Amino acid sequence: MKMGYYPGCSISGSSREYGESLLAVLRALDVELAEVEDWNCCGASAAHNLNHTLSLALPARSLALAEQQGFQELLVPCAACFSRLAATRKALMADDAKRRQIADLVELPMKNIPVSINLLQLLQRVLPENLKEKLRAPFDYKVACYYGCLLVRPAEVVEFDREEDPEEMDRIMEKIGAAPLDWAFKTECCGAGFSVPRTDVVGRLCARILDDAVSRGAEAVIVACPMCHSNLDMRRQASESHSGKKYTIPILYVTQAIGLALGLDAKQLGLQRHIVPVRLSAGKSSQILENAPA
Amino acid sequence: MARIGVFVCHCGENIGATVDCARVAEACRKIPGVAHSVDYKYMCSDPGQTLIREAIAQNKLTGVVVAACSPRMHEPTFRRVCSESGLNPYLCEMANLREHCSWVHEKSDVTTDKAIDLVAMLVEKVKRNKPLHPIKVPVTKTALVLGGGISGIQAALDIANAGHKVILVERDPSIGGHMSQLSETFPTLDCSQCILTPRMVEVAQHPNITLYTYSELESLDGFIGNFKTRIRKKARSLDEKLCTGCGLCTTKCPNKKIPSEFNTGLGMRTAIYVPFPQAVPNKPVIDREHCTYYTKGRCRVCEKVCPTQAIRFDQEDQIVEHEVGAVVVATGFTVKETDFFPEYGYGKYKDVINGLQFERILSASGPTLGEVKRPSDGRVPETVVFIACAGSRDPAKGIEYCSKICCMYTAKHAMLYKHKVHHGQAYVFYMDIRAAGKMYDEFTRRAIEEDHVQYIRGRVSRIYERNGKLIVQGADTLLNAMPVEIEADLVVLATAGVANEGAEALAQKLHVSYDSHKFFVEAHPKLRPVETNTAGVFLAGACQSPKDIPESVGQASGTAAKVAALFSMDELTREPVVAVVNRTAPPLYSTCVGCFLCQSACPYQAIEREEIKNRNGQVVKTIAKVNPGLCQGCGTCVAFCRSKSIDLQGYTHEQVYAEVMELLS
Amino acid sequence: MSEFEPKIVAFVCNWCTYAGADLTGTSRIKYAPNVRIVRFPCTGRIDFMLLLKAFSQGADGIIVSGCHPNDCHYTSGNFHARRRWMAFRNLAEFMGIEVERIQFSWVSAAEGAKWADLVNSTVNRVRELGPYDAYRQMAASSWQ
Repeated sequence: MKMGYYPGCSISGSSREYGESLLAVLRALDVELAEVEDWNCCGASAAHNLNHTLSLALPARSLALAEQQGFQELLVPCAACFSRLAATRKALMADDAKRRQIADLVELPMKNIPVSINLLQLLQRVLPENLKEKLRAPFDYKVACYYGCLLVRPAEVVEFDREEDPEEMDRIMEKIGAAPLDWAFKTECCGAGFSVPRTDVVGRLCARILDDAVSRGAEAVIVACPMCHSNLDMRRQASESHSGKKYTIPILYVTQAIGLALGLDAKQLGLQRHIVPVRLSAGKSSQILENAPA
Repeated sequence: MARIGVFVCHCGENIGATVDCARVAEACRKIPGVAHSVDYKYMCSDPGQTLIREAIAQNKLTGVVVAACSPRMHEPTFRRVCSESGLNPYLCEMANLREHCSWVHEKSDVTTDKAIDLVAMLVEKVKRNKPLHPIKVPVTKTALVLGGGISGIQAALDIANAGHKVILVERDPSIGGHMSQLSETFPTLDCSQCILTPRMVEVAQHPNITLYTYSELESLDGFIGNFKTRIRKKARSLDEKLCTGCGLCTTKCPNKKIPSEFNTGLGMRTAIYVPFPQAVPNKPVIDREHCTYYTKGRCRVCEKVCPTQAIRFDQEDQIVEHEVGAVVVATGFTVKETDFFPEYGYGKYKDVINGLQFERILSASGPTLGEVKRPSDGRVPETVVFIACAGSRDPAKGIEYCSKICCMYTAKHAMLYKHKVHHGQAYVFYMDIRAAGKMYDEFTRRAIEEDHVQYIRGRVSRIYERNGKLIVQGADTLLNAMPVEIEADLVVLATAGVANEGAEALAQKLHVSYDSHKFFVEAHPKLRPVETNTAGVFLAGACQSPKDIPESVGQASGTAAKVAALFSMDELTREPVVAVVNRTAPPLYSTCVGCFLCQSACPYQAIEREEIKNRNGQVVKTIAKVNPGLCQGCGTCVAFCRSKSIDLQGYTHEQVYAEVMELLS
Repeated sequence: MSEFEPKIVAFVCNWCTYAGADLTGTSRIKYAPNVRIVRFPCTGRIDFMLLLKAFSQGADGIIVSGCHPNDCHYTSGNFHARRRWMAFRNLAEFMGIEVERIQFSWVSAAEGAKWADLVNSTVNRVRELGPYDAYRQMAASSWQ
C-alpha cells in the first residue's frame, strides 16, 4: 500500500526544494507516496496559541480525510506539521469524548486515526542496509545535523529516545558517507515563527547556530524542517549583520544530501532555489565508487 | 452454660442522656446466658471497676460485656479488671454505645434499640470467646547491622555499648561509607575523615562487634527476636589472619590503571588494593575482574612480595550463619552519575562532574591532594558553576523528591572552592535554597555574603564545550528569566540522591516495603520513623531517604534505642490475636488440605509448612502452620481459606457469624 | 404505616473505618441509626460469605469499609479485600443478588464526616430500594 503524504504549506511554497528532493529521493528508493486529497492547513504556530479546539480540528480534518482515503500512515516532512498532527492524534486517541466532539466539528468520522511519521523515521525505515553500494559517490563532507525544536519535541508526543541530543540524522548521514560532527546546537531554537516579525531575533539565534557549526569545521548544515531551512538560509543577512561575520556554509535538506550521493541532478533536488549557493557535489575526493551504477 | 455479665455505662450524660441505659440492662438480662446485667454512671471509675470485679466473683461469670465507650479507649482497662478478678482478659468485650450510638444519634427509642442490639451482638460473641494467653517468644540478644557507613557505625556502636552483640556487615572492602569520601562537613567545616576514622577504629576494636567487610546479606529468615541470617563473605583472596596490612603488595601490583571507586573514578588504584589509607580493616582485596592473574593466568607478583605469604588465589566465597534478634538496615544511598543528564552532555564532558567527585577533588587525601584541579587537563578552574537540583525535584527525570542534602553541600563546595582559589569565581544555579537545620541557613548566607558566591535563581538548560570552556546556558528567574551564559572551567552537578542498586532485592530479602524510588519505607511516617512494617527490622540513614550526617546519626541512635529496648527483655509478649490452623482428633488431624493459598496471601510470611505423619512416621499430608511469632493477626488468610481450616483467634468464624445472626434476629 | 427503615450491617476494619466512626462520634456528627458496626481487624479478614449470611438473616444493605489503598495496617489486607469484592460482585450479580445494596468504601481514621455521609447515603439508597425480601425467600427456599 502506498504511504500517505501530507506536504503542508511550506513544501508547496517557500520550501519547494524540500518536497522536490524528497520525492526524487523516495522515487529512487522505490517508495511510493500518495498525497492526501483536499488536505488543509495544520494550524501550526498560531492555532494552538489561540484556540485549543481549533488547534485540534485543523489537523483532525486532514487526518480524518487520510483515514477515509485508506491510509494507515502519513509522511509529514515538515516538522511543525508533524508536531501538530502527532499531538492531535495522541490527544484524540486518548479521549473518546474529545474525538467525538472534533469528529462532529469536521463532519468526518474518526476511528483509527493514521499515524504520522516524520522524514527521519521514514528514512530510517527505507534506507537499505547496503545503501553505500547504491551510492553514486559518497557525500564526503563534515556536516552539522541540525534537528531544531519540533522534530524531537515534545518528548511524550514524538518519543525520540534522546530528545536533548538526537542522533538519527547523524546515523543517516553516516550511511551516505558524510562525517557528522558532535556539536552543541543540534536542538537549539532558530527563531522559527519570528522569521517575519522579528528578523533581528532570528538573526541572533541563527548566528549562534552557524557560528558553532562553522567553528567546528562543518561544511554543511543538514536540516529536516522548512522553518530551520528558511531561517538559516534565507535570513543569512540578518545573521551576518548580527555577528559581523561572513558565513558561506550552505544549508541542505537531508534529502538533498542523500540525493547528491545517489547521483541525482542538482536541479531535481532544487539546489538552485537556495539563497546561499550550494557548491557541493558528492565525491569531492573524486573517488567514484567502483560498483556504483554508471 | 455461659454466664455472661453485662455492664452498661452511662458515661455521665454522654450515653445516659441519649440512651435509656436502664432499659438496655433490663433487656440484656433476658438474653439467654446472661447471668448478670446492671447499669452504672461511670464504669471506668474505681467504684465502677469494683462493681465489675465483685460481680465476676459473686456470679461466677464466664464472660463480660462492658457497654460503654469505644474499645479503642478502654478495652485495656476492662480487660485488666477481668484479669485481676481471675477471668481471662480475652473473655471481655466492649460494646461501643458512646462513639457509635449516643453521640451520633438523637435521644429516642430507636437509639436505645440500637444500643440493645450492639450489646446483644457482643454477648453472642463473648459466649464463643476462648481464653487466650499472650504469646511469649525468646529474644536472641544479637543485632545484625547492614551497612558500615556512618549510620551503621553509629547504630553498631550504640548497641554494642549497651552491652549487646553486634554483627556489622559491609559490602565494600572497608567500612566508612560515603562519609569517608567527603572533604569537610557542613555547617562547621570540620574534616570528615578526622571525625569519622576514630569511630571506624572503635568499631574494629569493640569486643561486642563482629565485623564482616566485603560481605553481603545472603538471606534473612525468622521473626522478631529470632532471625536466622546467612552472610556471604566474598573472597578477599587473602588470609586476613596472616596479612599485616604492610601494603607491599599494593605498591608492587603491576596493574595500576584501574579507576578507583573511592576516588569516584578520578584516581587510579591497583588490582590488589586497599580502598583508602585509613581503611578498616586495613587489609587489601584482590579485584578479580581486573587482576592479571585471574584474567590472563599469570603474574602472582603480590604473592611473591608478600612477607607473610598471606595471598590465597584459590580462596572461595564463604557463607557464615548467625542467629540475631534484630536487624538494623543502614545500607545508604548513592548519587546519580553525570551521564544521567543529556542536556549536560550525557557525561561526555570530563569537566562536568558530580558532587561526590568534587568532594574527592577538595579532599586532602584525594587524587589532587586537595588542590582544586579540573579532571580534563589538571588546570586550576577559574570559574566554577554549581548546579543544584540536578535531577531532583524534576518529574521529567522521574525524581520528584528533594534530595535534601544538595543545597547545603553545594554551599559548602562553593565556599571551599573560594577558600582554595581566592581569585576564582563560583556560581550556583538553584531553584530554592533549602537550608533548614541548626546553623544551616547561616551557613548558606555566609557563602553568599562573606565568600561572594554568586547565587543565580534559575535552571541550566544546556552545557556545551567551546574552545576548551564549558558554556553554561541558563536563565535568571529573578531577572525576568533573562538568559545567562557563563564560560566555566568546571561544572559541578548536585545530582539527585537515589537508592542503591540492589535496594529492591535487599528489601525483598528483608521483607520490608520500599517506595517507587526503592527507598525503604518506615512503619509510620511520623510516629514510627525508625521501624519497618516487619517487627524487629529497623531503618537508619539514607536507605530510607536522602539524609545528612546529623540526621543519619540521630536516626541510627534511635534504632539502637529501639534495639536495646527489645533486648532488655528475655522474652517478648505478643497479643494472642493470631491465626491458627485447626488440629483435631484423631490426634494431629486437620481439615487443612494444604493448598497454601494462605501462604501467598500472608503479608508477613507467617505461614509455614508442617508435615503430618502417621504412627509409622510416614508423611500423611502437608498442612499449613502459623508461626505465632510472625503473625500480626490481620486475618487475610482466614478469608482466603477454602476449607475454613484456618481461623483468627478473637475473631473466629463462630464469633463473627454469631454476631451477625444475633444482630438480625 | 411508617416509612420502611432498612437494616444496614457494616463490616469495618479496626484501624481505619472503626476509628473513623469513633471520630464521627467524637465530632458529634449525627447520622441515621439504621447501621450496626461489626468490627474486624482488617477488611482482609472479611469472608464475603458473611455478606450473604447477613442478607439471608434480614439485612437490607451492607457496608464494607477499611483503609485507603496503601494505608492498610497490615500492608495489603485492603487490596485483598478489594480484589475479593471485584470477584464477589460479578458472582453475586450472576446469582441475581442486588449488588447495589452493598457499599464498598474506604474511610480513614481521619474521615469522621465521610463515615456519616457514607451511612446516610447508603441508608437512603437502600430505603428507596425497599426491603430485601427477594434474597431471604431465595435463601429460605434453597434451604428446604
